[in-house]
Amino acid sequence: MDTYYHPKDLARFGDMGKEAPELWQKFSEWYGAVFKEGALSEREKALIALAVAHAVQCPYCIDAYTSASLEKGSTPEQMTEAVHVAAAIRGGASLVHGVQMRNRVDKLSM
Amino acid sequence: MALPTLLNTRSPLADAATQRATLAALPLARTFEDSLADALHADGISVLQINVGKRCNQACRHCHVDAGPDRTEVMPPDVVDACLRFLDSTDIPTLDITGGAPELHPQFREIVRRARAAGRHVIDRCNLTITRLPNYADLPEFLAEHEVEVIASLPSFASRQTDAQRGEGVFEDSIAALRRFNEVGYGVEGSGLVLNLVTNPVGAFLPASQQALEADWKRELQRRHGISFNRLYTITNMPISRFLQFLADSGNLQAYMEKLVAAFNPATIGGLMCRYTLSVGWDGRLYDCDFNQMIDLGTAAGFPATIFEAEVAALGHRRIVIGPHCFGCTAGAGSSCGGVTVT
Repeated sequence: MDTYYHPKDLARFGDMGKEAPELWQKFSEWYGAVFKEGALSEREKALIALAVAHAVQCPYCIDAYTSASLEKGSTPEQMTEAVHVAAAIRGGASLVHGVQMRNRVDKLSM
Repeated sequence: MALPTLLNTRSPLADAATQRATLAALPLARTFEDSLADALHADGISVLQINVGKRCNQACRHCHVDAGPDRTEVMPPDVVDACLRFLDSTDIPTLDITGGAPELHPQFREIVRRARAAGRHVIDRCNLTITRLPNYADLPEFLAEHEVEVIASLPSFASRQTDAQRGEGVFEDSIAALRRFNEVGYGVEGSGLVLNLVTNPVGAFLPASQQALEADWKRELQRRHGISFNRLYTITNMPISRFLQFLADSGNLQAYMEKLVAAFNPATIGGLMCRYTLSVGWDGRLYDCDFNQMIDLGTAAGFPATIFEAEVAALGHRRIVIGPHCFGCTAGAGSSCGGVTVT
């Protein structure tokens, strides 16, 4: 079945360096450094990435950080809670804009 | 309820040659042999690991032995005696007893007593739930009396993952067993009784960092269940037997092998367990490791093939027999019966 997203394309991420090798190099180094153990553990960073992957709805990132979270020792329960955090922020972000709607309603209404 | 073994369900992968052929047929970036700078040789023998049989009260989904309640292979008395006589004739410091559930072997306690009397360190690879069966409830006391190191399997501190891998109800029984081990002093600081846990990933992925996981496990098992232990060992699932069947059935086999090959770490070579272990099968045949044993890869041609003819001088620097499954021990931080091989 033809589709815009192909699972095998994740392995071709490096192709993005073909036209702009210096930018790719900088991105790769920065990306690698971001996920190294620091004030947060590698496991915590993978869980954050998993949650963000769901927020930005990137199927490549969801695949990659599901594997990474498991391989860093997270349980499916912890990963599910992380996705709920992403969903709650997305849902809450929509809902909190309702205040803006209410402000406008107040301004326009008698 | 234990899952049926591959043998019981007449799976083609119950056959060692079929397993080897399945792995050999996979298109991989390189062979294990090509990954090595030099041929692999043993560097002495410091562990004699005896697999006393395939009988087990469990039938875990990842089991490389295809052990289970329906298996009948049990090390006969003459092989047991030959193993202990060989041990006596050497200065090999450690006897590692595995299975199946090794405690089901009718001579298990005799093996422990004789090896301890000979001054050897003894390891019991325990599935925990065996101690919940009638006639085996006093095992923690027996093992403590003989100061046996217990290496116990528990894939997760969460019940769902544990039961998914090891069978319904195993987690609850395992926690009860761990409490009993703690009660007799195992895993308790200052007791001298060592209780180490082993975790295998519950699926087609590599284990987490042993060091990071150990800290999480100590915190969670203490917080959730009041359980303490000494060390946590992470072990990579080997593409052998029931885990191989799982990989094939779930469509993960090629990707898992590619992952192992991509994660090859040359720094693991020095600590590979085949370099210091001699493995004995239930029938007395010799192998470089328990994994080679399960896919019927005996010691290399020209070297002693059974415990009846074993000599340290002849086996201590033997050539190691390798195959694609060996990538499982060299991925990432490495994997062995004692956990990671690179820290």
